[in-house]
This record gives sequence, C-alpha cells and structure tokens, in this order.
Amino acid sequence: MDSFANLMHGFDVAITFQNIGLALIGCFLGTIIGALPGLGPSNGVAILLPLAFSLGLDATPALILLTSVYYGAMYGGRISSILLNIPGDEPALMTTLDGYPMARAGRAGEALALSGIASFVGAFFATIGLAILAPQLVKVALLFGPAEYFALFALAFATLGGISSTNQAKSAWAAAFGLGIAMIGVDGQTGVPRFAFEQIHLYDGIDFLVAIVGLFALSEVLIFLEHSGGRSAKALAAQTNKSQIAIGRPVASFALLKFCTPAIARSTVIGFLAGVLPGAGASLGSFLAYATEKQVSNGGDTFGKGDPRGVAAPEAGNNAAAGGALVPMLALGVPGSGTTAVLLAVLLALNVTPGPLLFTNSPDIVWGLIAALFIANVMLLLLNLPLVGLFARVLLIPAKYLMPLVAMVSFVGIYGVSGSTFDLLVMVLFGVIGWVLRKLDIPLVPIIMGILLGNLMEANLRRAMTISNGDWSALYGSYLSIGLWIFAIVGFFLPVFVGRKIKNKMHAKTVSDKTTGS
Amino acid sequence: MTYQLKLRSGITAFALVAGLIAAPTFAFEPSQTECIAPANAGGGWDFTCRQVGKTMQDLAIVPGTMQVTNMAGGGGGVAFAEVVSKRSEDNNLIIAASTATATRLATNAFPGNTMDQVRWVGAVGADYGIIAVAKDSAINTLPELLAQIKADPTSISVAGGSAVGGWDHLKVLIAAEKSGITDLRSIKYVAFDGGGEAVTQLLAGSVEAFTGDASEAKGFVDSGDIKVIAVLSPERMPGDFASFPTAREQGIDAIGANWRGFYAPGGMSDEAFAFWQEAVTKVYSSDEWKGVMTQNGLAPIEVSAAEFQGFVEDSIASIQKISREIGLIQ
Repeated sequence: MDSFANLMHGFDVAITFQNIGLALIGCFLGTIIGALPGLGPSNGVAILLPLAFSLGLDATPALILLTSVYYGAMYGGRISSILLNIPGDEPALMTTLDGYPMARAGRAGEALALSGIASFVGAFFATIGLAILAPQLVKVALLFGPAEYFALFALAFATLGGISSTNQAKSAWAAAFGLGIAMIGVDGQTGVPRFAFEQIHLYDGIDFLVAIVGLFALSEVLIFLEHSGGRSAKALAAQTNKSQIAIGRPVASFALLKFCTPAIARSTVIGFLAGVLPGAGASLGSFLAYATEKQVSNGGDTFGKGDPRGVAAPEAGNNAAAGGALVPMLALGVPGSGTTAVLLAVLLALNVTPGPLLFTNSPDIVWGLIAALFIANVMLLLLNLPLVGLFARVLLIPAKYLMPLVAMVSFVGIYGVSGSTFDLLVMVLFGVIGWVLRKLDIPLVPIIMGILLGNLMEANLRRAMTISNGDWSALYGSYLSIGLWIFAIVGFFLPVFVGRKIKNKMHAKTVSDKTTGS
Repeated sequence: MTYQLKLRSGITAFALVAGLIAAPTFAFEPSQTECIAPANAGGGWDFTCRQVGKTMQDLAIVPGTMQVTNMAGGGGGVAFAEVVSKRSEDNNLIIAASTATATRLATNAFPGNTMDQVRWVGAVGADYGIIAVAKDSAINTLPELLAQIKADPTSISVAGGSAVGGWDHLKVLIAAEKSGITDLRSIKYVAFDGGGEAVTQLLAGSVEAFTGDASEAKGFVDSGDIKVIAVLSPERMPGDFASFPTAREQGIDAIGANWRGFYAPGGMSDEAFAFWQEAVTKVYSSDEWKGVMTQNGLAPIEVSAAEFQGFVEDSIASIQKISREIGLIQ
C-alpha cells in the first residue's frame, strides 16, 4: 500500500498543465522518431536533451518529456517494421518477421492496432512492476555474474536457429556472419584493435544501427531499383495495385485480442525480466519473447508467415523491457541500454544521484517519473490507435516515391546520429550485402542478433574466464547458470525434433488433401 | 602529477585579473562557438561540453549559445583526427578531453596522432580515483588488498569500467607499483562497460575489488553498499568522501586524477588561444562552476591554464612508463 500512496503522490507531482503538454509532445515526437529508420529511442532522447536543458525545465518535467520520447519511440519502432519490413529501431527487429507478412496479406491495420495494444499492455505492467518491485528486483540483477550472462546469451543464440527461416543452416551462417562483424573493434579485455585495419572509425566496432539500416532499408531500395529496371511496367503496376488494397481494418477484433492474450502475458513477463538485467535490454526481451511464443504455440510453422501472435509477442516484450530497463538505472545507476544511459546522464545533470538511496532520497522525482510513465503510456495508446489508419496509408504511397524517401531518411538519420561519412559508406556496404543475402534467401535477423549480442557474449565469457583463472567449470557453477544452460539445450534441440514432426504432419496432410481432392 | 599541489591561489589571482580586463580588449572576437564532445550524448565528455558551454553562456563569455557536437568513435580518436586534419585553423572550437584522452595518446591508440598536434587549453576539475571492496569484505585497507594480490594474484579480481590499459586499469597498477609489486602483469583486471556495471559486479560478488572514479561510486558510498579503502587524491576530499583515507595516508604514494578539460586545434591563432585559456579559467573560478562541481563529485584541480600543456606532457610520460611495464606498448 505504501507504493500506492507514493504513486498517488507521484500523480500529484506529474499532473500539471505543463507536464501533460510535455508528455503529449514527447509521445508524438517519440513515435515519429521511433518510426524513422536509423533514429531510435537513444538518439531521440539525445537529440531532445539540449531542448530540455535550454527550456530550463526542472528535473521532473525534463524527465517527463524525455521518458515520453523513450516510450514513444518504443511504440513507433513497430510502424515501419510492419509496413515496410524496415525496423524503425533495433528492438522492433523481431516485429518485422510476422508484421510485414501480415501487412502483405492485407492486414496492416490489424497488425498496427494489435501491436499498439500489445505495446500498451507490456509497458503498463512493466511500469507497475517498476513501481512495486524495483528495490527487490535489483536482487535479480545481482544474481547475474559474467558466467550467468554468458549462459543467457548462449540461450539466445541457441534459439536463434528456429527463429526466422525454415533453413537452419542459413540461419546459422547468418548468425556466424553477425558474430564475425561483432569482433571488429578494440577488444576491451586486451585493449588491442581487431580487424580495424588502422582505421580509427572501426575502433568502436560497427554500430548495429548502421548495419540495421543498411541491411533492411537500403537493400529494400536496391531490390526495388533492380525490379523497376528489369520488370515490365505492367508487373509493377500489378504490384502497386496489390498493395493498394492491402490496408485492412484499422482495428483489432476482440477475438484476435483474446487469441493473442496468452502470448502478450508471457511476453510481458519475459521482456520485463530481460529489461531488468543491465546489458541485456529491449532487443533481447523482444527476441526471447518471440522465440518463446514460437516454441509454445501449437503448430509453430505459422510463425514468420503473418501470425498475429508473432506481432503481439515482440511488441509486448520490447515495451515491457523498456520499463524493466529503468529498474537498474534508477536503483543501481547502471544503464541497461543506450537510452537509459542518456537518461542517466540527464539525472546526473539535474543533480539527482541514482543508486540504492534514490527511492528514499528523491521520492518526488522517482514517483513523479513513474506516474509520468503511466500518463505517457495511456497517451500513446490514445494517440496511436486512431492514427493506425493514417499510418497504414503509407502503403498507398507508390514505391517510386516511397523508396527515395526511405533512402533519404536512412542517409540523413545515420549521418545525423554519427556525423560521419565513414558510417554512410559502411551503411551502403551493408545495403549491398543485404541485397545479395536476400537473393540467397539468407535471413537478416540472425545477423543483427549476432552483432547485437556477440560482443556481450564474448566479453562475458572472457570476464568469467579471467575471474575463474581459466577454469571452464565456472560457466556452470551456479544453479541459475545450470538452469539457463538447460533452457539453451532444450531451445536448441526442440525445434529440430518438433519441426520434423510438424513437417511430417504437414506432408501427410497435403498428401491426404490431394487424394481427397482428386 | 606534480602540478596538482600548486597554485590554487595562483588561479584565483589570475582569474581576478582576468575579470578586471574586459572581454572587448581581446583582438579575437568569438562567434558561433562550438564544443566537440568526442563521444555519444550521456558520457563524461558530453557532460564537460554541455556544462562548461552552459556556464560560459551564463557568464556571457561567449555570444549566444555554444553548440555541442557529438563526434563519437575510437575513444575520442575520430574527433582528434578530424580536428587535426580538417579543423586545424578553427578559432571558435574547443574539444572536451580527459585523462582518457591522455591515456590513449600515451599508448598510441590514436594511430598517427600525437599530443603536440593540438593546443591544450586547460582543466576545469578532476575526478579522483577510488579503490573499493564490498561492504562485507575481509579486506579493510589498501595495503591489505595489495598484500593479498602480492601473495596470490589469482585470488583477487579487480573490476573497472575501462578497457585493459585504460585509466581504471592504470589506477590499480599505479597503486600496486608504488606498493612494491613488481609483476604488474599478474594483477587480474576485469574490464566492464562503464563504472556502473563494474560496481554492480562487486555487489553481486563476482569480483573482489573495484577501481573507478569517485563520482561513479557516489550512490553506493552513500548507501553503504561498498567500502572505499583508498581515495587516490593528494589529500582528503571534501564532502561525502571525507571519511575515507587517501592512499598516501596509508603509505602508498599513488595519485590518480581523472582531469576534465579541453584542447583546441593546433592552428588556432595565439589571440584566440589566449581567449579560450581565459574563458576556461573564468569558468573554473566562477561560483556557478563550483556548484556544478559539488553536484557531480568533481574535485578542484590545481593546474593553471599556462601550466596545462606541461601537465598533459607529464601525465602522458608517466602513463607511457607504466604501459611499457605491463607490455601494452613497446
């Protein structure tokens, strides 16, 4: 009840005319920033940081503005994932897998509405979790040493094969390729640059944002160029016509929501826990949520072909993770993601010291912030659902106008973030690689996961080895790590057996269909 | 490191004189000033640029606002190379720097770049290093920790937020060297992504000791979750850290100051350079800046703008010495 009273006090602090206005602006800008490829939550918050300072805002309103942008970007990322197959930011990566097929099948409106609601549920319960459990949850984060983190990332990689392609060998190759890219840059454990070729720009490694925008957005543009040059105008017109009818109803029916409820519930819990772990974050949250749903659903072969649960799960997962990531930031002063790192800097600049004492020392700020998160979340739902129809109209823009726009936004976005022409060249290179890989039908998602998680996995393995003086048994030295390894092994082998069973069933079914049909 | 004890009063006197001379007497008129933070928003360099820029604005040292540009990459190397090769003549530009910049210059981590390609403007504060253990650790003093490392290096893992060979690592090595440990390479240092993660692992019990900056550990010191066994400052720090002994008090003459300051393009005119030296000095001695320093756990650094070039040279030389001993550079 204490938390409840505190929260009410928080609403007292948060609900002023100015704060609501700031939250509205933040939500709107955040959604746009999230939807634009290349601009994600962390850049969004960083870009608006000077605005908050130059407006001379106090701690609470400044935080309200910036966290609204943060939550807004987590909502917005899904829009371009679903409509264009281009993740607006890295946590929205998994949403492309089923969101885009849904849009292609004429259910774009439904997919947007459903993912909006899933986002709301994920963020709502994560915020409740943050409000009630933050001090206790810190203990979960403290259970994870380097060995446990390594097991966790190994779990993610073990389930990668079953995720995005029917061809496991291609998935494995893609993951290995991503891991290889992750090796570029200065190695933290020795301070030696690897594969950097004396190029100072490569010392920090390849930014996954550059890779995402190149692999997804630019390769899409290249494919369009190739087709529009080679194919007859008739085929193009047919393609355009096909997408013109493909908007669908801009609402999610009650039956659809009911169908997806278990998926949303599970994903919220998984996403939240992934968010609580510093260094895991929203991308891992949405990934594990998707992987879990694919495993527990009956007849998992609908995933990747426009299964609504495959849209709801990652969106609930990544929004819950966004809330979860605030736990270590507030209670430990440890940023769990790029965005929380920027928010942490804001707190410090506002003379707030995050850490174990924050909840007792600055209750106004903490509870005002949590109340603001609730407000932003409701606002985002109200803002997003009516706009679904509008967003979906992006599909009506003929590709010949849309694709140059995508290319432009990609270049401006990446240059705006890094201010480096070198990154633009790397992005173009990734665009070409993505184009080739798409032709070879190699999935792109494992590549990004390899880049995102590869560094963390390696760093934690080597930390664990340094601490244990090279004793490998340290990797399975705690109950937690043993548990994670068991999940990893199950996750790796289950799809192999279950997948074969389903394939056999499918085969039998088609055969029987044929026999009855003829 | 020898400059730290000097000239607190010198700076104040200098600033007083500077205050008397009105800005228009300078031949150089700043316009559209810019500060490059060689990292993403949210880090220490970003903080330096934004806070100093804001103070310069408030004190009307620069006209209008100072633009902050984030130029991340290569641990500051991208910005350094850019300034040397493309912005060398820019009179309206300063770039945030810290001990990390000096460390990387010392270990040749900026390929083809050296400290004399730019002009070193001045420092605005220092973040002193600390060495800490978990609150329930059996170790209570720095000599105890170092004695245990000396007896069995494999028994103690030290966590820090910088890469191997980075500043957090070097602080432990400086202390170890001063205590007479000869095989510096045997010390187990575990690199994490930032001081926050390293402290968390100390709390989680994965490592035995933590090396970082005072500001990084402040939240945990207040809550009593960690035990600071040594502060690497010349004398006791004011405020929250006053109750913790310095390494010097414990007979280990190790000082680790992570200074924060600025460099300017190498081709900057002497008038402009003098303007920026004065500007930084004015900020440093202002009451506004003193407020910012206390809020953020920054300690005063006793090195005047005129001495700063020599100060950076000295610190690079001493970092090179220790990096050679651990075999990081030849």
